[in-house]
Amino acid sequence: MRRNIPLAVTFVVGMLLIVSVFLPPIETIGEDFGVFFSIIAVFAFFLGGGNLIKVHFGKIMKKSNDWEFSLVTVVGFFAMLIIGLFKIGAPGDISTSVTAEGSYFQEMFVYLINPLQSTMYALLAFFVASASYRAFRAKNREATILLVAAFIILLGRTPLGMMLTGWIPESFSIFQVPNLAVWIMNSPNLAGQRAIMIGISLGVVAMSLRLILGIERTYLGGDDKG
Amino acid sequence: MANTISIILLILLGLSLVYVLVRTLKGNPIGRRIVFLYVAIAAAIPLFMDLEVPLPITTDVRNLYDALEKLPDGSKVMAAFDYDPPSAPELQPMAVAFMKYAFKRDFKIIIMGLWPQGPIQANMAIDEAMQDPEIAAKNLQYGVDYVNLGFQSGNEFVIQSMGTAFKTMFPKDYRTTPYDSIPLMRNIVNFSNIDFVMNFSSGEPGTIQWVQIAVDRFGSVLGAGNTAVQAPQVYPYLRAGQMVGLLGGMSGAAEFEKITAEKGKASTFILSQMIAHAIVIILILIGNVAYFSEKRKKK
Repeated sequence: MRRNIPLAVTFVVGMLLIVSVFLPPIETIGEDFGVFFSIIAVFAFFLGGGNLIKVHFGKIMKKSNDWEFSLVTVVGFFAMLIIGLFKIGAPGDISTSVTAEGSYFQEMFVYLINPLQSTMYALLAFFVASASYRAFRAKNREATILLVAAFIILLGRTPLGMMLTGWIPESFSIFQVPNLAVWIMNSPNLAGQRAIMIGISLGVVAMSLRLILGIERTYLGGDDKG
Repeated sequence: MANTISIILLILLGLSLVYVLVRTLKGNPIGRRIVFLYVAIAAAIPLFMDLEVPLPITTDVRNLYDALEKLPDGSKVMAAFDYDPPSAPELQPMAVAFMKYAFKRDFKIIIMGLWPQGPIQANMAIDEAMQDPEIAAKNLQYGVDYVNLGFQSGNEFVIQSMGTAFKTMFPKDYRTTPYDSIPLMRNIVNFSNIDFVMNFSSGEPGTIQWVQIAVDRFGSVLGAGNTAVQAPQVYPYLRAGQMVGLLGGMSGAAEFEKITAEKGKASTFILSQMIAHAIVIILILIGNVAYFSEKRKKK
């Protein structure tokens, strides 16, 4: 029974949503089900927050390795939560927007989160450069093709490509690096992306059918036996 | 003066790379901290330069611009901000240039975001655009000329529900004003009342979801600005004609600034990217020269 009810719900909802695409009178049913998605997403926020606190609070209590970072995480989490919930600094009453001009939430976003997140992402440039210098080698044919393609894209996506190959006459303009970069994006990249996309879509269709028909039951937890 | 010093520094940087090559050939490669230093210098120096570099306008950017040009003044344009601060260096200059262009054309702009931080990025773009004297002189009114509907969770389901009525997903705007009290939104029910959708995206939910739902199901006209990492993934949709154009990465942003004559940060940042790319390529070449030289010695 514990398994049959979820299987029945999955079957009915799945079939209903498929059928709704082909039946105009019920074509908006997907939107109604979308509301359920939003409701479930709210619970995911609670679960995520709860899990974060559980993991980091545990580390702080046990004084595990790098527990100081966990402390920063927990303090940051509660600081943003309290400032956001009580709309501290926001003009007007509690009904004012949390991101209204002057609210501490907005200030923390602009002056803390924004530069910190940008910095974290920007560090990638340094690691990519270092890793490329030490490990990007033309060891075999495939690696050489990858290397050449990378050079063309790196040059072609900046003015440097045109500066280096702009002198090539118009009749041979395909050999100008920016045009080669465009060709790579429009032909090999496009073919690869389409292949991946079609492959994933077929996989999604197959998995969806397995779920709707009750063949795939791992999402119920435990083993596959009903 | 700053240009001269910067060029001298770049020449010195180039010469030092010759030293790196010699050192690497002798089996003594430079450490990663030195590589970090090279990238930092390469990225920082161009910020103080004002060089004019050749920047051809690619077809994808031109197509987007042409589609925008065809819109009559005062058209209703939706701008979806689906990114957060890590992607801002690439996407924010595009957004600012787009806002400047749109405000100058008197487009009515409706902003929203499928990412929580998106609408805040939009506000920052608007603030920057408003500093333009021509736009400031227009004395644009919030709620009349532009509106920020804010963030709504639910990914593609948000777009799907907006196909029926925007109000279902955004009963209030970013400033908690009820939908029906916003003058701009009074005659806007769903996508059929929107002339153009511009999406700035760095991942999912983003451009792909806008194509799959807003374009395919509701017939919207879509243009997009994507990070360089995401851009290759949307090419199948672009080439299938489901998008009118694409601004890809920093080069897309710089090209858009150039074609709209709204010179901004991307025109400077592209110089940094150019020098940094050159440094990376040279370092990879040095690494490979050393690799093959060592291999030959072993033989």
